[in-house]
Amino acid sequence: MMSLYSPGETALHRLPAGTKLLGLVLAGTSLFFVADIVVLSGALILVCGAYLVANMTVKTLFAQLRPILWIVLILFVAQAFINGWQAGLVVVLRLMNLILLAALITLTTRVSEMTDTLEWAIQPLGWVGVDPRKISLVISMAIRFIPLISQITAEVREAQRARGIEKSIVALAIPVVIRTLKMADDIADAMEARGFDADPR
Amino acid sequence: MIELQDVTHRFGDLTVLKGVTLELSERRIGVIGSNGSGKSTFARLLNGLQIPTSGHVLVDGQNTRHQARAIRRKVGFVFQNPENQIVFPIVEEDLAFGMKNLKLDQSVISQRIDAVLERYDLTAFKQHPAHLLSGGQKQLLAISGVLVMDPKYIVFDEPTTLLDLRNKRRISQAIAELSQSVVMVTHDLDLLGDFDRVIVFHDGRVAADDVPRVAINRYKALLCP
Amino acid sequence: MRTKDLVYVALFAAVTAALGLFPPIAVPVLAVPITAQSLGPMLAGAILGAKRGALAIALLLILVAIGLPLLSGGRGGFGVFLGPSGGFLVGWVLAAFVTGWLFERSWSTLTYWTGAIYTFLGGVVALYTLGIGWLAVAANLSLFQAAAGSVAFIPGDIVKVLIATTVALAVKRSYPIIEERSDG
Repeated sequence: MMSLYSPGETALHRLPAGTKLLGLVLAGTSLFFVADIVVLSGALILVCGAYLVANMTVKTLFAQLRPILWIVLILFVAQAFINGWQAGLVVVLRLMNLILLAALITLTTRVSEMTDTLEWAIQPLGWVGVDPRKISLVISMAIRFIPLISQITAEVREAQRARGIEKSIVALAIPVVIRTLKMADDIADAMEARGFDADPR
Repeated sequence: MIELQDVTHRFGDLTVLKGVTLELSERRIGVIGSNGSGKSTFARLLNGLQIPTSGHVLVDGQNTRHQARAIRRKVGFVFQNPENQIVFPIVEEDLAFGMKNLKLDQSVISQRIDAVLERYDLTAFKQHPAHLLSGGQKQLLAISGVLVMDPKYIVFDEPTTLLDLRNKRRISQAIAELSQSVVMVTHDLDLLGDFDRVIVFHDGRVAADDVPRVAINRYKALLCP
Repeated sequence: MRTKDLVYVALFAAVTAALGLFPPIAVPVLAVPITAQSLGPMLAGAILGAKRGALAIALLLILVAIGLPLLSGGRGGFGVFLGPSGGFLVGWVLAAFVTGWLFERSWSTLTYWTGAIYTFLGGVVALYTLGIGWLAVAANLSLFQAAAGSVAFIPGDIVKVLIATTVALAVKRSYPIIEERSDG
């Protein structure tokens, strides 16, 4: 399975996922109370420094900002127009800090470590009747299903091309959904045949 | 031994099995019949995936109606489409699934995984995404997932229907080599040559129950009278 | 939840992820491209019902959060939730829940137009309420300004409401999942 993780051996890669996430929560909350351009700029320099520590290229850093580039620009213009350019800069700096920090965690933490941390973090839910085991089960199943659904979609599309239906999302979606629901029922049977018990008593 | 005592099964208004009584004790039992003859329902009754509307299915004396859970550990089930019984994305994880349900020790789990991968020449694929395997390898993985649970009986529901000729041979050889008792529902009559017994279903009843050659001839006569 | 319900939840998380693989459709009249992915929450709610539908979308968001690039355009990771449009992602869970709840309530009397109205209430009204509120807070805008910045997406979402309703009702006829049960 593809992931956004970028392998490495730096201190940031080795830091436990839980610590990094806690750091993100704390940083995100404090950023919200800061409205000083100098402090926010300083924070941004620190965050960029963290990318260097994690051995990321400048290209990687900019790639993280690209999806929000337009939103940030529009926001800046809107804010500058309504509340002055300082207010615009505060909003933009705050966002860039948050996005870059969050992306850095994603870049330096393996999916498997995230899953383990997630399982650990939801342990307390066991007391209110949620089975953490089931959460890791559905995570794995969803990852297993994605290529399967793409394959079924390709098959259905081919069958429809043969019948002259070219580009109808409805004509594609209906058979795909019905076929995958039937598949889901078969998989549930197969899981029970292999001794799975949704609610063991 | 698996016993069916006067088993009738209905889906709504449709009666798919009508008062079937059988004792299954041979090592290799084939089940054939046209589409809708009730043979798939019959297979699903054997490990408690389906509980009969009336009558009883007993596995070594245990009733599927009351002890389905214990019986599923004893009776493995391999489905037609391997795609639909691989639950986890990675080969190794999927093999571990059934054993984790049995609450086996991690050391036993890894030992059995290595053994079964070796047996079917899949060792190189241990860490592979399951969806990258070929059709035949996927069916071998599905069979492996059942074998590692160490069942006493294995029920196959048309295990070769979706495979090409080469994979068909490979799977049928793998089934022939199993030490377990096998009940196999199939449309592939040539898989049944070496079997001990073949049961023909027709219209929800047992139309023939004999050695393969006799039963298959009877089946052909039923299809093209 | 039965084994089946767990599989359905995983399935619709995966279906919504797969919808993200479709390239965005550029419609000349509209300023913004339409992505197929936001059909996912509407379909999950309308086909699976409130609880399973919302869980399916929540599961997708968990997969995205742990670093899988499953949002359209290959986006993923924590950052997507913290951006100004994060409310429109978290709002998907609410959209699936509201759509599913309305579908469950009137399952046996559902027509195309009531279905479309329910999908609109969940997939547009509920979604935009949360999304616009979030945008206003995250970008320091007034609600009116945040709403003004979001209306460009509404025509595309209405097209999706009509598509999702057609698909959900066709699935209801041939393979119904929501049944009239009080225990859900």
